[in-house]
Amino acid sequence: MKKITYLEIEGRSKGFYTLIAILGAIILAGLGATYYMEHNGHWVTGMDNAIVWGTPHVFAVFLIVAASGALNVASIGTVFGKSMYKPLGRISSLLAIALLAGGLMVLVLDLGRPDRLIVAMTKYNFKSIFAWNIFLYTGFFAVTIVYLWMMMERRMNQYYKPAGYVAFFWRLILTTGTGSIFGFLVARPGYDEAILPPMFIIMSFAFGLAFFILIIMATYKWTERPLGDALLRRLKNLLGVFVAAVLYFVAVFHLTNLYATEHHGVEKFILAGSSIHTPLFWIGHILIGGILPLIIFYSKLGNSRSWIATGSVLVILGGLAQMYVIIIGGQAYPLEIFPGMEVVSSSFGDAVSYHKYTPSLPEFLLGVSGMAVAILIVTFGVKVLRFLPVSLADKDVDPHHDA
Amino acid sequence: MIEDKNKHDPNRRKFIGASAVAGLTLAPGVSLLSIAKAKPLDEAVTSEKRWGLLIDTNKCASGCTACVDACNQENGLNRGDEKEARPEQKAQWIRKVDLRNKETGHEVSLPLMCQHCEHPPCVDVCPTGASFKRADGIVLVDKHICIGCRYCMMACPYKARSFIHEELLHQVEYAPRGKGTVESCTMCVQRVDAKGQARDPACVEACNQEGHKAMFFGDLKDQDSEISIQLKNFSSSAIREDLQLNPGVRYRGI
Repeated sequence: MKKITYLEIEGRSKGFYTLIAILGAIILAGLGATYYMEHNGHWVTGMDNAIVWGTPHVFAVFLIVAASGALNVASIGTVFGKSMYKPLGRISSLLAIALLAGGLMVLVLDLGRPDRLIVAMTKYNFKSIFAWNIFLYTGFFAVTIVYLWMMMERRMNQYYKPAGYVAFFWRLILTTGTGSIFGFLVARPGYDEAILPPMFIIMSFAFGLAFFILIIMATYKWTERPLGDALLRRLKNLLGVFVAAVLYFVAVFHLTNLYATEHHGVEKFILAGSSIHTPLFWIGHILIGGILPLIIFYSKLGNSRSWIATGSVLVILGGLAQMYVIIIGGQAYPLEIFPGMEVVSSSFGDAVSYHKYTPSLPEFLLGVSGMAVAILIVTFGVKVLRFLPVSLADKDVDPHHDA
Repeated sequence: MIEDKNKHDPNRRKFIGASAVAGLTLAPGVSLLSIAKAKPLDEAVTSEKRWGLLIDTNKCASGCTACVDACNQENGLNRGDEKEARPEQKAQWIRKVDLRNKETGHEVSLPLMCQHCEHPPCVDVCPTGASFKRADGIVLVDKHICIGCRYCMMACPYKARSFIHEELLHQVEYAPRGKGTVESCTMCVQRVDAKGQARDPACVEACNQEGHKAMFFGDLKDQDSEISIQLKNFSSSAIREDLQLNPGVRYRGI
């Protein structure tokens, strides 16, 4: 294996500036949407007193989960010692920081009072999992930046391994924290499960790697740097394993619920109901986000780069559908305030089979702008610092490559 | 420049005037607080009391909304300034719910509001501590440090909280409300705390005036209070008793 050389991308082409312009426009639209929602109040959104977390949370939680997963590629190199992954450590860390920044931006801008962010930074209730997460998220930035520094600064290279271990454990705790936001909701039949945090970790592996594959495929194609087939094959095979693991966890989650009579209501609502959540679960999450990518990755299609990219996009779309079903679907199923009783009438919308929610355009724009922020950070990052190896050709990164 | 400043004088003068009045009344210590109808600052809320409610659903009439109307009146809700919010977005601190037992068909009507739990999930999850429980058991939201994350609404088993979806005007001074924050029943803390002239919460008072007498308010720790005697002598239950949150609001007949 040769010594890996990292270099900034040139970033002067028409394509580069077009990409920046498109991302900038999406971000501007997202900020405009935020101003519109905050100026008017949340009545302009689809959210209400029953569905209190809407589309922005779907994107925000998705991005935060994907962020910790994106760091996995670096961890495989550092913690598990797979030399083929080591050249990918820098870009993996950058992508992780970028995705987290995008997700947090969306989360903060959807607060009822985003102007009070300073309050969230100065007043803490340490029994709140949200308060822990504030430390986990800011800590993730710090830990990952230190890890990057150790990898990129020659003098510090000797310390990069311990830094990589810290980052790896931190990311596991972080995703546990994100999953616990839902797992700790004792009163909601759609949540309140100890399997949620580990399930979120597996989801992060899949979403983060899907993002990672797309980012390196795009950058290496656009900068005309070599990207090896063996490397890509290994990454897509790994993504396939993660996608299958997500399906396994989801199956266990629902089978456990189906065994308990008290959860039959919420299970019927998600798996065989009349709302949007049923097709989103089966077609969006299971088919598009699970079965189709598995077929693509493990059939002959998996030899084609465009199919690998398609499979990765499907994992992301399926992941968003899954997040929608978890976050919105979990709220749409009414709280069982009076077990054994049927609500005949209520002035506060308790007498419904499920709570309806229609995403509004501003919510969607804010969510998508979080993704744009993440991609913009990566785009700028690789232009100004040496995150990307000059070559990811198999002969340069794979010690066992023969050719 | 001087003239420009004078133009603003009326407002400024009003402000100074108000401050002076506030300052003067603050000096004796009690008078300002009696205007605000809040608990005197020199008298801390203690855990010697635990305020609670008992609701007798046998006496609660289906279709009667006296408690809801009184709550809205007292706390400045539903004054027509939530113009844009959809019905599902409007704030309600107390609501009437009619229930039917799925097996027996038995029907009950009851008011539902914040249950003022001893172990409130909303307080547990609040990142800033805006959601808090007073020593006397009343669960409140500090509007100054609520960031509007709505995690408390996700955690509340009773769907007792509302998020303010738009700008509000015409508020009452003792129940401040603001766009982008969360709120819920305060057990009419301004009445409970009024020194020397404490009154029942508005919902309880209205229910009594209506002649139903389905609601009792009192100190759960005082063995001789009517609510304690009622709870001791007759069976009652808490909603979602299985969660073991020990709510301060108890029900009879469900």
